[in-house]
Amino acid sequence: MTEEDMKIFVTGTSHYFAQVADSTAEIATPFEKDPHDHVMFDFSAVIGITGSQRGCVYFTAPRAMVAELVGRLGEPETDDDILADYVGEIANTISGNAREQLGSGFMISVPVVFRGRADDVRFPRDTPAFVIPVHWKGYRSALIICLKDEERNIRVA
Amino acid sequence: MKLLIVDDANVIRRQIKRTIEGTDGAAGDIDYVIDTAANGLEAMQKFDTFDPDIVTMDITMPEMDGLSCVLQMIKRKPTTKILVISALADRPTAVEAVRLGARGFLLKPFSPEALNEELTELLKEPRRARR
Repeated sequence: MTEEDMKIFVTGTSHYFAQVADSTAEIATPFEKDPHDHVMFDFSAVIGITGSQRGCVYFTAPRAMVAELVGRLGEPETDDDILADYVGEIANTISGNAREQLGSGFMISVPVVFRGRADDVRFPRDTPAFVIPVHWKGYRSALIICLKDEERNIRVA
Repeated sequence: MKLLIVDDANVIRRQIKRTIEGTDGAAGDIDYVIDTAANGLEAMQKFDTFDPDIVTMDITMPEMDGLSCVLQMIKRKPTTKILVISALADRPTAVEAVRLGARGFLLKPFSPEALNEELTELLKEPRRARR
């Protein structure tokens, strides 16, 4: 994964929050995840990536933050099913939007959602995972990118 | 007017339904009867039993993807007006959706205003692509 790829996800995450929330998110400096780092929150969703790159994209956030974001949609329900559903949608949307730059070869799966602090989630050992901290209205969440190039020459502008 | 909302995320199905039925929704003076489906296979079953005039269609779904649904729905009922609502932001996906018979493409995340505008246009415009 290149610095350019990282910027695509940083910009995409910032863009997502600008569109769905009425206040912008602060994207802190990304860092490489150490195996001992605990970066998962109450709700997490993972998108599997295949095609031009291989790996996964996680979005993880605390319950209160997801509930507030869901409220921005006008959604009156904040039960766990709705919140889990929405975390999956956030991961799906940020990953899918990245295809504007990464091209159609960046294939995304449907989201798999975890409830509870999934700190035992295992990331691929042969690929570094980068954490993009996302701060919004005092809440801390994160996008975690773990991608390995498969073929970089099929990008579509 | 019968409208089928297809998306694997319940929170999005509910958002679309709320938007259409809202005060400023696309429903306006039109009486919409709305049904929903959570994946491609359920969408095809509902397509046969519910017989919608309009469909909002996600692409990335379990069981059967949205583009396959568009192809099958247009084959079965070419007059169906399908608005694809997807996070897939690459141009070839939007072009393919329209080639298969979708009449519009709305990128996620979307605002209620954008959805209402797309649905309103869908009711009066011929085939087109829009992002």
